[in-house]
Order: sequence, then C-alpha cells, then structure tokens
Amino acid sequence: MSVEAASPPGAEGARARRLTEWVFRVRELGIVVAFALLVAVTAILEPRFIETDSLRNLALNASIFAILAAGQTLVLVTRNVDLSVGSVLGLSAYFAGDLLSKNAGLPLPLVFLLGIALGAACGLINGILVTWGQVPALVVTLGTLYVFRGLAFLWTDGTQVNAETLPDSFLNLGTDSIVGVPILVIMALVVVAVVGQWLRDFRAGRELYAIGSNPEGARLAGVRSERRVLTAFVLAGALAGLGGVLFTARFGTVDATAGVGYELTVIAAAVVGGVAIFGGTGSVYGAALGALLLGTITSSLIVLRVEAFWQQAAIGALLLLAIGFDRLVGLRVDAALRRRSARRAG
Amino acid sequence: MQAETQTPAESPALPETGRRGRPADRLRASLGRWEALLVGLIVVTFVAGQGLSTEFLTADSFTTGSLDFSEVALMALALTLVIIAAEIDLSVASVLALSSALMADLWNRGLPLEFIMPICLVAGALCGAFNGVLVTRLGLPSLAVTIGTLALFRGIAFVVIGDESVTDFPVTWTDRAFGNFAGTFVPNTMVLFALLAVAFGVLLHATPFGRSIYAIGANEEASYFSGLRVKRIKLILFTLSGAVAALAGIVITLRNSTAAANVGQGFELTAITAVLLGGVSIFGGRGTIAGVILALLLLGGIQKAVLLSENISSYWIQIVTGALLVGSVLGPNVARRVRETRRRSTGHHPEEGPKS
Repeated sequence: MSVEAASPPGAEGARARRLTEWVFRVRELGIVVAFALLVAVTAILEPRFIETDSLRNLALNASIFAILAAGQTLVLVTRNVDLSVGSVLGLSAYFAGDLLSKNAGLPLPLVFLLGIALGAACGLINGILVTWGQVPALVVTLGTLYVFRGLAFLWTDGTQVNAETLPDSFLNLGTDSIVGVPILVIMALVVVAVVGQWLRDFRAGRELYAIGSNPEGARLAGVRSERRVLTAFVLAGALAGLGGVLFTARFGTVDATAGVGYELTVIAAAVVGGVAIFGGTGSVYGAALGALLLGTITSSLIVLRVEAFWQQAAIGALLLLAIGFDRLVGLRVDAALRRRSARRAG
Repeated sequence: MQAETQTPAESPALPETGRRGRPADRLRASLGRWEALLVGLIVVTFVAGQGLSTEFLTADSFTTGSLDFSEVALMALALTLVIIAAEIDLSVASVLALSSALMADLWNRGLPLEFIMPICLVAGALCGAFNGVLVTRLGLPSLAVTIGTLALFRGIAFVVIGDESVTDFPVTWTDRAFGNFAGTFVPNTMVLFALLAVAFGVLLHATPFGRSIYAIGANEEASYFSGLRVKRIKLILFTLSGAVAALAGIVITLRNSTAAANVGQGFELTAITAVLLGGVSIFGGRGTIAGVILALLLLGGIQKAVLLSENISSYWIQIVTGALLVGSVLGPNVARRVRETRRRSTGHHPEEGPKS
C-alpha cells in the first residue's frame, strides 16, 4: 500500500462508525414511532388516555423500570447479565422503608445514599464473583437472585413497612411534581441521561462495548476488562438500589416481595430497546425507551379494556419481534460493512 | 471465553497423569468427581435433616418432599439436554402453565381426560418447536427468545382461562397423580420421573444422538463441519423440552386437582438451578443426568429438612440454594486459582498442558 492509502482507512472507519451510529438512531427512532403509534391509536379509541393524569401515570410507571433498564444495559453490553436486579431492589426498598419508619428525622439524601450503597454492595458481590471468581454471570446472578431475596425475607420476617409510618416529605417524592412533571420522572430522566452519556461518550463506557463485542480483542487492546466489568455490575447494583428507594417512595407499603420477577421485565425492556443480549450493541436511551414502551402497552391495554390477560402475551410477542428485527438489521449491516471493506481492499 | 474455567462436571481425561500424587492434584481429582461431592453434600444434608427433626428420614417425609418437587424434577431432565447443547429454555414454567390452562379449557368443553392429555403434550411440543425454530432457523439467541416466550406462553395461558381456576377433575386421575405406587411410599409422580430419567439418561449417554448433543455443546462449528445436523438436533431438544414441560403441567394440575394460569411461576429458575448444580456447564458440552438427579435430591433434601425443622426459617432455603449454585462453580475455580498461585510462588513450572 502506498502512502496516500493511509488516510482512507480512517475515513472508511469514520463512515462505518457513522453507519452504525445511524442504525442505532434508527433503532431508537423505531421505538419512538411504535410508542407514538400506540399512544395515538389508544387516544383515538379512548380520548381519556391522553389526559394529563393518565400520561402522568404512564411516565411514573415507566420511571423505575427505566432506571433499572439503564443499569441492566451497562451489564448486558459487556456480554454479561444481571438477573438479581429485582432482589436487589427488594432489599433496598425494604431497607429505605425500615430506616425511615424508625428514624423519621433522617435527611432524605442520606437515605438515598444508603440505599444506593446497599445496591452497589450487592452489585460488587456479583461483580467479584463474575470477574475474580470467573463464574458465568448467568449463574452468579441467578444464585444471588435467590440469596438476596432470601435475605430480604429473613430480614423482614413477614413484616411490612406501611405508608403511614413514613414521613410525608419522602412519600411526596413519589407523587409531587415540579412544573407539572413528577419528581420521580425528572430523577429517572437525569439518571438515564447521565448514564447514557457516560456509556456513549466516556472512555470507560466505550470500553464496555469493546469488552462485549470482542472480549479477547479488548484485552489485547489494553482494556482492563475485569475492572470495567466490575464497574458495570456495581453501577447496575447501585441503580437497582436507587430503584428500590424510589419504589418505597412511590408505593409506600413495602414487604420482602418488592420487585419479584422484575428481572425479566427489565431485560425485556432493554432488549426491546435494541440492547443485544450477547453484548456489544445498544444504548441506555434505547433501553429506557423500551421500558416506556412496555409500560405503555400495559396501560393502553387496560384503557382499551382489552382483557388484562393479553398484556403478557403482547409483551412476549413484542420482545420476539424486536430481537427478530435486530437480527435482520444486524445481518444487513454486517453485509454492508463487509461490502465496504471489500471495496476498500479492491 | 471462560469455557475451560468452569469445570464442575467430570473432566474428560485431562493430561494430569504424571502428577497424580500431589495433594493439590488429589484435591482436583476429587473436585472433578462432581457427583461424588454431591453425594457427600446429600449425606451431610440428610444427617443434618435427621438432627433437626426425627421426622426427616421417614417414608412420609420422602413422599411429601418428592411430590412437591415432581414438576421441577421432570422439567430439569429435558432442560439438561438443552443446556448441554449450549442453549437455554426459560419458557418451561410458562409451557407448564399453558398446558394446565389448556387442560382446564378442554375439560370445561366436556372432552375426556384421556383425550385431553395427548393434546396438551402436543401443544407443549409445539411451544418447544416454536422456540426451536426461532433459535435455529432465525439464528436468535435462546436466552432472549425464551424470555420472550416465557411472557408469551404465560400470557396465552391467561388468555385461555383467565384468572379463574378449574377444580372438578375426575378423582380417579387426581388420585393417580397424588397417590403412591402400588402400596409403597414412592409417589406415582416419582415413578414417572424415574422412567423419564432412565429414558433421558440412555438417550444422552448411550446413543449417537446423545453424543452429538455433547459435541454441539462443546463446539458447535466443529460439529457442523463434521456432519452433525446441528439445527435439527437443537430443534428436537427444544421440542422435547416443551413436551416434558407440558407433561409437568398435566402432573401439577392433577396433583393439585386445580388448573390455573399462574401455576408454577418461577419454576424455570429452580429447574435451571438444579441442572447447573448437577454439574452441567452453562456453556454446554458437560454434565450428566446422574449429576442432575443428585442435585434434585440435594435441593429436595434441603427444602424438606428446613421445612421440618422448628427453629430454622424457611427463608434459608432460598439462601442456601443460591449459595450452592454459585459455590458449585466458584469452588473449583477458586481451588484452581489457589493451586496456580501456590505453584507460582514455590517456583514450579506451571507445565500447562493443552487445556481442554
């Protein structure tokens, strides 16, 4: 190759990156379109669906799931999975409730910090077992799903925290609004934006993608995979901890079963939002949109008085559609990239 | 990527022969015999169980304990094959519910049970085949597909019978599912399990089909290029898994003489726990039916022991189950790490043979 050939690979690389960026954006746009269609159709059939109250509930319901889905994305992108999110949420939800009902004067930021720290500690355990213990994430988090939930049951011992025992300032977080937007939703938006930007633009975030799309290559390129994966698990745990505190603020009454079964919904939300279950692809924004879409389907089916029983079937079908679509697009993009590099070589 | 680091199952003749005498290697040899360790744990559990309650080692406790575990045990058998082929099926408990719901619906329509049960089995097989087609023909990851069908099949079960429950099944059949085998203390469902276990054991360990499952799990590409019909074999495994889950659905419906769409929620995780604890590698290619049976016995034993004891909270069942699951993979890994560190610090050459 001659000297002048030195620049085209860079340009090609940039173009390839633009192509994948474009696909990302189209993928997220797809969710937005699906969401808009769903809201539009529901609104035509039942105008009350787009009244403020109803939209408010929609956003509130999606908020906690969006935060959890953001955390799950960080882990999924590295070709791992965190099945323990529901159990971590349960632990932290009860912890926050218990703490506040016994010490009503506790400053709320401290409660949030402690809840997040508890979640991060759970995430750290997962992360250490996965990286240092070299146990597959599916096995680790399936195990800790049981252990954390069992600990929550042991701790609560059949009791529950009641809304009456919680300070109003805390419960208001789950119901109050600032300029018409519920506080919970604002918090979710901030979290999603911060985590999303970190994953998208920061070196540590980009390295998570590298680890997920080619573990060996990432290691050879000098990525400290173990540390990064550990970080992803700790962050996912911390976000689940945050989700737990918010769960208590929103629902008030908490027992050891808080968040049972959330893990599959959260993974479904991320996957519907375009996060590949085998790593390397997807964004936090997509996952959050996926959470919003799943939540909206549930609400719109209720509003349309479709029997609630269709809910789960619809979510399952949507998930299958999403992964089928991703597979199709993935094949197309692969082919396009291959054609380009063939053209470059030739 | 970490396939070789995860070795609870029998290690297929690693080049270890020259260094057998050293304590560390003896440790490895004994850890390698995963089934032996399981037997040890079972003995500990049973001794502890007897210590906690004198009712533990009685026929009655065996009967009730194994009855409660029937469905998970059945599903774990077929799941073993799926996981050895390096796939996963999370939808089993939903197929169980769908089968139960279908049974109730057809019964309400006045069909005889003898006719309904084969229909349920076929429906389950179709559910499994649906998973299989999505995985093999469309090339989708089974983890994502079966999370989707987990919701889909459970959803269809709710669509079929809603939140009502059907309880008027004929006593002859419910007695059969709840009763014991020919005057012994062994429940009929356990006889069914034993028959299936033998069938699956033979299929997995003594037929070319079984060998090809291991081959696919160990190296799918190599299997494909050596002429195995990888896709068809996987499709068959998913179909089998669906059919067995439907069978478990029939069993749980008759045993409780209740059909409801919310039955067996979360069973998929218990079944997978049993399979992995039994020494089957999540990356495929390793594991035995015997190991899974031992793991089921261990899990059932722990559950019964805790339930019978008076001062241990039943919440410990979950904690111990989860810890065992992680420990089953962590233990051998940590042992290996410790060994490597010690070897490095004493200046021995690692003499890494070709790793499996």
